[in-house]
Formats: sequence, structure tokens, C-alpha cells
Amino acid sequence: MTSAPAIICQGLTRKFGSFTAVDSISFEVAQGEVFGFLGANGAGKTTAIRMLTGLLQPTGGQAWVAGHDVYSEVEAVKRSIGYMSQRFSLYDDLTVRENIEFYGGIYGLRKTELHQKSGDLIERLDMEAEANSMIRSLPLGWRQKIAFSVAVLHEPAIVFLDEPTGGVDPITRRQFWDLIYEKAAQGVTVFVTTHYMDEAEYCDRVSIMVDGRIEALGSPAELKKGHGVDSINDLFVLLARGGKRGDA
Amino acid sequence: MRIIAIILRKEFRQIFRNRAMLPILFVLPVIQLLVLSYAATFEVRETPLVVIDQDRSETSRALIARLDASLYFQIGEQTTSMEEAERALLFGEVDMVMTIPSGLERDLGAGQPVIVQVVLDAEDGATAGIVQSYATQIINQVNADISLGPPGIRIAPSHWYNPNLEYTTFMVPGILVLLVTIIGTFLSAMNVVREKEIGTIEQLNVTPIKRYQFVVAKLLPFWIIGMAELGVGLVIAKIVFSVPMVGSLWLVFALAGLYLLVMLGLGLWISTLTDTQQQAMFVAWFLMVIFILLSGLFTPIDSMPRWAQIVTEFNPIAHFIEIMRRILLKGAGFQDVTRQTAALAIQAVLMLTLAVRQYQKRTG
Repeated sequence: MTSAPAIICQGLTRKFGSFTAVDSISFEVAQGEVFGFLGANGAGKTTAIRMLTGLLQPTGGQAWVAGHDVYSEVEAVKRSIGYMSQRFSLYDDLTVRENIEFYGGIYGLRKTELHQKSGDLIERLDMEAEANSMIRSLPLGWRQKIAFSVAVLHEPAIVFLDEPTGGVDPITRRQFWDLIYEKAAQGVTVFVTTHYMDEAEYCDRVSIMVDGRIEALGSPAELKKGHGVDSINDLFVLLARGGKRGDA
Repeated sequence: MRIIAIILRKEFRQIFRNRAMLPILFVLPVIQLLVLSYAATFEVRETPLVVIDQDRSETSRALIARLDASLYFQIGEQTTSMEEAERALLFGEVDMVMTIPSGLERDLGAGQPVIVQVVLDAEDGATAGIVQSYATQIINQVNADISLGPPGIRIAPSHWYNPNLEYTTFMVPGILVLLVTIIGTFLSAMNVVREKEIGTIEQLNVTPIKRYQFVVAKLLPFWIIGMAELGVGLVIAKIVFSVPMVGSLWLVFALAGLYLLVMLGLGLWISTLTDTQQQAMFVAWFLMVIFILLSGLFTPIDSMPRWAQIVTEFNPIAHFIEIMRRILLKGAGFQDVTRQTAALAIQAVLMLTLAVRQYQKRTG
């Protein structure tokens, strides 16, 4: 199992009526890899991530997440993953500690374990003073760090992050990526979508989606070399220009 | 079980932390019960009227005195002008104009029949009918007093289950049902939709929470609150309105528990069909207004058209109001409400099945 890929997609497709949101994408993500899933708005990133996390049924192709079939083993998939959605995923009328304990609890963490973990987490985030503050009173960057930490609290093999750093300042983003690296170093596979091309450079490998298809796949260095561009940003603009959908 | 307990704890925290929600849960229902029970009355009392007395005799004055002395009428300014009386009727200052013809006393003395004209504001036909029957009663009494003829058939009325004809005795059990209903349906509908609106439902759906765990944990708080509210309502009904409670209160609570399952199921179902709290509110209102108007709370189901009576069979509110009135006022036991109980049980199973099936963790 250790060498088996964390995620396998083979021709994964999702149609909504006559519109093909995700058009036969195929890729593999190795265990412990930080995989950047890039694409313009409307390229189909969120649809793909929703299929891989068991929120949306695919209409074609195959996929395995942590060795589980996304069609027939949805609940097993869910037990193996953490997920931080684009939309805000914490309860803003609960405190930091209550949110941590709630999400940890529904993943089946035992009481003593939960208590210890939430204590450690609050300490690591340096939020002892805010532990009993409502989420709504905290700045966005802090909330996103908490949301990420909550998503990996139950020690999933894979964590899916859907635009985790949207709307926060560069310093907080950098800190957020430190958290991601920390988890990756522990062997957690990170599947992350982002708009920020500088973040793409932090990934082990990236894919770029245009109009539901994957147009480029490889390490940032390979991709830049292969397309003869200086940055992932230039490559993105080059590829996305061919796209019909979205506003990039 | 542990998962359910964890979600429950979160739900209760959120409910009791919401400062806008607490008054809605506990203060508004009490106010509604107090205000509605007193105000939503069909009793007709102190109807203002004008008497045009063209006879001005002892008999006519006796008739007027009788009217004035009754609780049902209140005589305003006297006038002799029909035009003035008509204007008062038009502007709603009075609801009835009674014209006593001249020669009343003389003709009665001579054994001749006399016609007293009563003009009613029949904008609201039901009320006009009641006013007319009160006027007739009083005139009959006056008749009996002065009549020397043979006695006719008399009625000896006996009002069972509500001997003093207290309107609140009839209304309060029904209004209690509404309170429990509103808590059950609206709050459960709003609650799940709210998770959709803020996006946390997505987060819950990627966790291994099972559907039944989610549904139980979402509905149980409102079931408990609904039952507590019923308890408070019954205390108020007893203390403030002296509503008789003849039957078993255990039975009332047991059937209320069943009834709440129907309404919570309905609320959850609404929340699965809608995406925003506004939509959920609108759908819930639409259904509530129909259910309440056809529930027999204000108007007897027996006098509804046939089709409406059939529709009422599917109306949980109607069944539960009937159950409450029967148990509380008539002392009915379980065997007397089996039909309504069976209807509620079927509806609970249907509603919850529908809601749970509709609530999908994954969209297809």
C-alpha cells in the first residue's frame, strides 16, 4: 500500500445536461505529494474536487481515493480524507475550541484524545488567548488556519483544499503554506486548488485545467522548461488564453 | 450514539447562544397564547345598536330595557330618524337598527301580531346571524312575559364539556397546537437550510456522519423544545384560562411526541427542497396557512365542503387539534382517538421517510 498512489483518476468526467464540467481527466497523485490543481474560474476544479471527496457522483470514468472507489466506497473515502472547502466551513457562532472538538468528535476521536489534540492544536496555532472566542470575531486568515487544522485533525491520509487562501494577505498565505508543508512532511497527501500562481511554485507537481481538461501536468520546473516560460503564471496565461469559459 | 451526542451538543449550543432565537422560542409563544386566546374570539358581545322607538309605551320601554340589560347588546344614542340610524349603520357605529312600530302596546293588548323590524349589518354574515339570534331570544322572553296564551314547546339546553360556554376553553387547546407546530416546522426547516447557506453542510457531508445520525441530531432538539413548550403552554392554560383537563396528560404528551415527528419531518423535508432560509420560510408559510385554516381551529370541519373534509384527512394539525380537544375537554382515552393517532403515525412515517430519502449527502 505504501507505494500505491493516493489518488488515481482515469477519464473522470462530470456532465450537467449537455455541459461537460469535467472532461475525462486522468492523473495520479503519489502519497505525501503536494499536488497543485490549477485552473481559471469555471475550469472545473471544484467539480473535480467534489467528485473526489464523494460529494458529487461522476458521470463517467473511474477514480480511487486512498485505494477506495469513489462510486462504491464513498463512506470509506470520506473516512480517509480531510476537506477544506472554498466556502467557509467553521461555525462562526461556536468558539475555536468548540469547532475543533465538534469536527474531531464526528470523526470519532475519543474524548481524552480530542482534548489533548485540541489543546496541542491551539498551542501550535498560538491561539491560547482566542481559544474561547467565537470564530466570527477572528480575522479571515486565522479562521483559515483553524479550518485547515480541523480538516487534518483526524489524521487523514489525504487532505483536499479548495482555494484555501482566497482573500488573505501574502504573509498569512506564507504561514498557511508552512502548515501545509508540515503536514506533507508527516506523509499526508495534499491536493490543493489555488488562484495564486506563486503558490503553484510551492507544489511538488501541478496540473493546469482549461475548460474541463487537464492541459499541463508535471513539476513546476518541468512545465516551465517544457513550455519555455519563466514562471507558472506565464504558462497559466498561455494555456488559459485558449479557454472559452471563465474570466481568466 | 456518540456522534449523535456530539452533534446534539453543538445544536443546543447554537440554539441557546443565539440571542435572537431565545425570545422566539420561549417568549413569543407565551405572548401568542395569551393574546390569541383572548382576542381570537367569535363571541359576540355588546353589539352596539340603535332603537327607533315609535311607540314610546311601557311595553316598548320594557323591551329596550331587556336589550340593554343583556350582555349581548349596548344601546347607543336614541333617535327617531331612520336616516340617522342608517348612517350610523353605514359607518359601522352600530351593527343593528331595531324599529319598534307605533301601536305596539295597543296591538299586543288586542291580541294582534306585531312586527318589529331588525336591520343588521350583515357584512360578516356569521356575526349578523348570531346577533339576530340573540335579538330573537330577547324578544321571545319579552313575549313570554306578556303572553297569556298556552305555553308552547320549550327547550332545556345543557352544555356538555364546556358548561359555561367559555370560548377560551375551546380555543386554548387548539392554539397550543399551533405553538408546538410553529416551533417544530419552522425551526427545523430553518436550521438545516442555515447550514446550507453558510456552507457548513458541505463540510458535514464529507465526514463519515451517517444520514440517520444527522437527521436524529438535527430534529431531536426541536422535538425536546416542542415538548417543553407544550408543557409551559398547558400550565398557562390551566392557571390563566382554567381550561379543564379531564383526560390523561401523559396521553397528551405521548401523542404530541408523535405529532411533532410529523411536523419535524415536514420541516426537514422543506429544508431539503430549498436552498435559502427565505425560500424555506415561504414554503413553510404556504403550507402552514393552508393547514391552519383547514384545521378546524376557527371553523368546524363538519361545515366545510366535502372536498375540504377529505383534504383535512391529510392535515396533521386538524388531527392533533381534535386529539387535544377530546382528551383535555372530554376526557377521551387512547381508544377514543385511535383513528387520529393512526393518521398521525402514518404521516410521521411517510414524512420522515420522504425527508430522509430527500436529504442526500451526495448529489447525483
